[in-house]
Amino acid sequence: MGLEHYLILSAVLFSIGLYGVLAKRNAVAILMCIEIMLNAVNIAMVAFSRYLVPDVVVLTGHVFAIFVMTVAAAEAAVGLAIIIAIYRSRQSVDVEQVDMMKW
Amino acid sequence: MASTQKKWLIKMTTEIAFWILAIITVCAALAVVLLRDIFRAALLLVLCFFTIAGIYITLNADFLAAVQVLVYIGAIGILLMFAIMLTRNVREGNPFNRLKIPALILALLVLATIVGVVVATDWTTVSGVPEVVSSELDQPTTSNIASALFEKEGGFVLPFEIASVLLLAALIGAVVLVRRKENE
Repeated sequence: MGLEHYLILSAVLFSIGLYGVLAKRNAVAILMCIEIMLNAVNIAMVAFSRYLVPDVVVLTGHVFAIFVMTVAAAEAAVGLAIIIAIYRSRQSVDVEQVDMMKW
Repeated sequence: MASTQKKWLIKMTTEIAFWILAIITVCAALAVVLLRDIFRAALLLVLCFFTIAGIYITLNADFLAAVQVLVYIGAIGILLMFAIMLTRNVREGNPFNRLKIPALILALLVLATIVGVVVATDWTTVSGVPEVVSSELDQPTTSNIASALFEKEGGFVLPFEIASVLLLAALIGAVVLVRRKENE
């Protein structure tokens, strides 16, 4: 049980999230996959903090993970609000149909 | 003698817990991507968040595990459920787009790159600490996180304040975006 186990778990979760972000059509599903990616990064940072910093008091990895969680909460709130606003005007959350800013 | 036995027992149970939690996490994340019913996908995402909280506990991050349950399961999970119920299109479900195969290849390439780098790096030389972490680290982290955040030198007071302003801006932005216009 070492650092590598946690980092490989983190990499697997990140890749699953990346695949979902690139291959899904529902905007809510894309947001859910982004949350998986953020969680994967958090696992990596906490694992680094536990295994690579010899001092018990220095918990910079934990602090970074807390900031990531804060930004993720803000991102989820604003992202879902945008999705609901788009659904109201277009009756759809399919990202392939939302192309009014494309040229 | 008894203390070495106890240490061995703790090590074994942590290892078993890690493997169970890791397998459930990966299966739930895969189900989030592959399931056709988006509501079930959201429920499995909540399960994934919960097992990640368990993984934090195997890393001795007790405070982060509690925050994970509160913020991700309590707030983001419920928010996602509401968004799905407000926008759900039952006929279409949760389909893939035409990038299904290229995205799979790209994700596998990223995975192979990261795993290759992780395995090739000799982590013991990075910090000088041995692979097995001593049990002196097994203590509550909450007060240490607080001192790391608010220290006079090397603390994170300014980012903390910026984060609170960011949350306020996100809150107001979400309300403004979702509110109906009065003339509609």
